[in-house]
Amino acid sequence: MMSDVVEMARLMQGNEAVVEGALAAGVRFYAGYPITPSTEIAELMAERLPALGGKFIQMEDEIASMAAVIGASLAGVKALTATSGPGFSLKQENIGFAAMAEIPCVIVNVQRWGPSTGIPTAPAQGDVMQARWGTHGDHPVIVLCPASVREAYLLAIRAVNLSEKYRVPVILLMDEVIGHMRERVVLPRAKEVEVIERKKPSVEPKDYYPYRPGDDGVPPMASFGEGYRYHVTGLVHDEKGNPTTDPQVAESLLLRLHRKIYDHLDDVVSVEGYQLEDAEVTVVAYGAAARSAKRAVKEARAAGIKAGLLRPVTIWPFPEKEVAELAGRVRHIIVAEMNLGQLKGEVERAVRGRVGVSGVNRVNGELITFEEILSAIREVALDAQSG
Amino acid sequence: MLSQVESHLRSDRFPHIWCPGCGNGIVLAALVRAIEELGYDPDKTVVVSGIGCSSRAAGYLDFNTLHTTHGRALAFATGIKLARPELEVFVLMGDGDATAIGGNHFIHAARRNIDLTAIIFNNSIYGMTGGQYSPLTPPGKRATTAPYGNIERSFDIAELAKGAGATYVARATTYHATMLEKLIVAGARNKGFSVIEAITACPVGYGRRNKMGNGLQMLLWQKEHAVTVKQAEKMSPEELRDKIVIGELYKGEAPEYTAMYQQVIERAQKTTGQ
Repeated sequence: MMSDVVEMARLMQGNEAVVEGALAAGVRFYAGYPITPSTEIAELMAERLPALGGKFIQMEDEIASMAAVIGASLAGVKALTATSGPGFSLKQENIGFAAMAEIPCVIVNVQRWGPSTGIPTAPAQGDVMQARWGTHGDHPVIVLCPASVREAYLLAIRAVNLSEKYRVPVILLMDEVIGHMRERVVLPRAKEVEVIERKKPSVEPKDYYPYRPGDDGVPPMASFGEGYRYHVTGLVHDEKGNPTTDPQVAESLLLRLHRKIYDHLDDVVSVEGYQLEDAEVTVVAYGAAARSAKRAVKEARAAGIKAGLLRPVTIWPFPEKEVAELAGRVRHIIVAEMNLGQLKGEVERAVRGRVGVSGVNRVNGELITFEEILSAIREVALDAQSG
Repeated sequence: MLSQVESHLRSDRFPHIWCPGCGNGIVLAALVRAIEELGYDPDKTVVVSGIGCSSRAAGYLDFNTLHTTHGRALAFATGIKLARPELEVFVLMGDGDATAIGGNHFIHAARRNIDLTAIIFNNSIYGMTGGQYSPLTPPGKRATTAPYGNIERSFDIAELAKGAGATYVARATTYHATMLEKLIVAGARNKGFSVIEAITACPVGYGRRNKMGNGLQMLLWQKEHAVTVKQAEKMSPEELRDKIVIGELYKGEAPEYTAMYQQVIERAQKTTGQ
């Protein structure tokens, strides 16, 4: 495994970091379709995977890519695909299949300006809600959002690990800035990378119930070809995997799918706090916008304003507890994002009116600037003085 | 014979969901007998299906079975086969599933010549949703969405498969169940993408609306309209117009995708010194 992973300091692009992270986590199958600004991930996978004995395939479309990834994972190979907004829309039906049939897989979405073809090369964060609710029905999903090249590497590993552990599709929600940016990174040594494998059945094939959960709500998963012959379907199914329309089975299945994630929020949800201890004004920002927000907080501090930053690393499940906790001690929350307020609604829901929430939004295809976030911080600070 | 078939069925899943007179069970039994004849290890045999009446067949079979999304069975199967080329993969689809919503995957699986055996249950209609016209509904026939008669031309699945690059193409009807079984065996033995079209009856969704009688009468219709490849060679296009040509329609040679990918692995490892 040592040779699989880059171990030295180097200049690396965000999309490249995703590839290295995925390979370090044991991904050995990639299926994709070219789309800007995620294509470098496919190109690098095409080069790196066969050298590791893995498989790369360029499928005929985005839908097929998602399907092939699920097929490979069911055959026991860790699998990943990457895309951007329009392609992410096309993958949604099969992402729902993966959620329902509990097939581990990772989907990277390097967000670009939308809707529709939009501006393919321009950054945006307009897929926050699509990442959560893009496929139909109540379904579990985990969405991680890196703010640096190094974090793209680390979260690619974490995405694969969480997907294997909870048998759930995990979305690595990047944006064009993080995907295309180059930074100097020092990556952890291969032996320092924690790699999680899916839980395997410990019973004989005749006693195997493919959808009977363990205490953690997650059923052990046999791969096709290992002697456990079972049925996998997107229909509501019982513990044997057989389709049914029994209302009780349907309800308990849906609730378990939900619970297996929401009972483990401490493991799944993570945030980064910056200067939060005595903050009176807090910015909530994620992905590329969090970089501008951090600079704004530094400048505000230099000007004597007690500002802080809460950066959700996991954006779904939304870090409700962490945001609600802010409400008790800060005067105001500013949500800075490159959309018209998709995560702001979640922040408002979490603080339940106990503290003012306002948004700084940029939707012109350019990176949100620290100046506009700083001026929003200043405004809040001035209001507080005069009030 | 029956016990031979039964040993590969999930008997606790019966009765099946298919209507009286439906031909899907005949195709299912032909597939099971074919797998038995091929001697495949059930643990290493995978059956992938799409969405529709025929795709429910996967759930009745005691293999590794995957019932996917509408039209996408071949794409899921491609992932399985590429990840684990040692598995024997059969793909069951309906005519709408394979050639309408799944048409793109169909031509590309053929183009890659990936070693999958696709069996298309062609009943000329969308049965599960109650009888809407499909790309295989003949012109002039009625469907719930073609109440004045279908104005669309239909695909020739075999020509489509051949044109797209499949290396084994065959057709039989449910009346010719023994032939169907033999064609599935030959298709599975072909190292490449094989397509077996199985003409099957949907008396409830298609036959009734088009005054073709019950399941038995539709089977007899198949008998009367089928001609073998050999017979067809001696017939004029005019004589063949309302006939169904059955048997092995095309056999070709082309590199198989997963074998080619193995060469990619070897080249990549040589280049990188792994």
